[in-house]
Amino acid sequence: MIHPIPSGTRDVLPDEMRELRLISDALRKGFEDHGYREVYTPALEYEEVLGRAELAEAAPAYRLFDETGAALALRSDMTPPIARLVSTRYQDARPPLRFCYLAHCYRRVRPARGQSRELLQAGIELIGAPAPEGTVEVLTALCRTLDGTGLKDYRVGLGDASLFGALMARLGVPEHRRAALLGALVRRDFVLLERLVGEIDIDAQARRTLCEGPQLRGGIEVLQQAPGPLADALAGMREVAGRLPRDVADRVIFDLGLVREIGYYTGAVFEVYDPGLGAPLGGGGRYDELLGRFGRPLPAVGFAIGVEKLHIALAGEERGSGAMLR
Amino acid sequence: MSAAAGRLMIAVPRGALLAGTLDMLDRLGLDTAEMRDNDRRLLFERIGTLVAAPDAAGTPGDVEVGAITMRPSDVPTYVEAGSADLGVTGKDVLLEQVGEGERSGDRDLYELLDLRFGGCMMVLATRAGENAQGESPAAEALRRLGVMRVATKYPRTARGHMERTGRQAEIVEVKGSVELAPLTGLAEAIVDLTATGRTLVENGLVVREEIVHCTARLIANPVAHKLKAPAIERLLARLRSEAVAA
Repeated sequence: MIHPIPSGTRDVLPDEMRELRLISDALRKGFEDHGYREVYTPALEYEEVLGRAELAEAAPAYRLFDETGAALALRSDMTPPIARLVSTRYQDARPPLRFCYLAHCYRRVRPARGQSRELLQAGIELIGAPAPEGTVEVLTALCRTLDGTGLKDYRVGLGDASLFGALMARLGVPEHRRAALLGALVRRDFVLLERLVGEIDIDAQARRTLCEGPQLRGGIEVLQQAPGPLADALAGMREVAGRLPRDVADRVIFDLGLVREIGYYTGAVFEVYDPGLGAPLGGGGRYDELLGRFGRPLPAVGFAIGVEKLHIALAGEERGSGAMLR
Repeated sequence: MSAAAGRLMIAVPRGALLAGTLDMLDRLGLDTAEMRDNDRRLLFERIGTLVAAPDAAGTPGDVEVGAITMRPSDVPTYVEAGSADLGVTGKDVLLEQVGEGERSGDRDLYELLDLRFGGCMMVLATRAGENAQGESPAAEALRRLGVMRVATKYPRTARGHMERTGRQAEIVEVKGSVELAPLTGLAEAIVDLTATGRTLVENGLVVREEIVHCTARLIANPVAHKLKAPAIERLLARLRSEAVAA
């Protein structure tokens, strides 16, 4: 008899499970070596609680009712549950707090390579440590933990979620046009961005900065050579860059166009790329306002890595083949 | 690091956009003779080197280029997976597979440049002629039957257009010659891409609404866009200066 399982889910058999276990163990060790202690929270939460975070595209997709009629949701991301945990169970604890997790999250994605609807995420959250020091600590833990899994060719894209908004304000883009421009950038549609910018009544130089700024990415020179109005908006990124240890800085691609789908990021945002996979392995950033929505306002920063994606990238590097290892 | 800034694999669409894409590659100094001669081969490991000066950071300038060929609607699939770093496909394909203005997340791709060739119009067409009230067959169906049946190879685009214009529609997806649908009573209207409008005229159809003008676009894989940024930027700079010259 063949019994199906839902689209986007899968069984894991011993050969794969053994490899996933080795990767999970390496990740857990990396997190713990950096002082992050593991927690676990329920996969099911009250929908109202998860809804406090602005998850936008990554909002919980699976909902059900319990026997009292309360609306529950399967978590789509571990950061809101940890924000809830901190404000509920660590009300009086002195920050900074350091937590890590390896936990399944649930999203209604179009199933693709390394994209399951039930995905195993491994990550850390550093709560109560502001920028730039907190950001530097988390980026360092991210890189050294990935090193510990044996991943070799990865890079970390580093941007700032507030950058494009600040740039639009500085260049005099009318407020009612800003959401559409940001939307084009989030959708990675530079043709649309250019068209929308062309409709705005600002000078030609400002238009160029709006179109070309978000396409700047590369080494530290990107921060040094950015033109006037953009350079002012980069102060936060420069502060982080100046404090990164050498081995971490060598991994970083400064990316002035990096924006993430999740809405709660307030400052630095990052994504992990490896030539073994055509999609980012994971990412994270600063969410300095999220904890406040749960009643304990604290600056915070964290990241999550997709364990299945990391597995594909490791296997690709090992074989010397994969998305960009042709 | 090798002497090149990286190697780029480009997904090239067969069909109506092929000639324009190969001409573009020729203008970049790449060698498309083999691609023109052999239309059975699908993979061309190396079609030449894009020669460029080192950049300010000292990254070497030359970019090696390879190509794979496929039908235009497969280009987003190969590029999203990273099997190609870059690709050329029509905006019609992107609207159908990636959408516009609505939620993202269906396809994770960068749309980098409007290449300006391969211009076509996405239209809504019906049989020629109006009834006594001056209505097209589709307008009449909508008024009397409450719904307009629309046959198309672009169901998402057609549904989006009908929703934006506030009309009820039944979308009928077909794979082949869509012009047949209104002639046989399968649908009152079609949504399709037309370059010259000749096929429509030959089948007694007329354009009732122009939906969107579509041209060829350059798309990129989101990871290649970061890991191969110097190579991609060099190619883009050349294409942009071509556009200015033309």
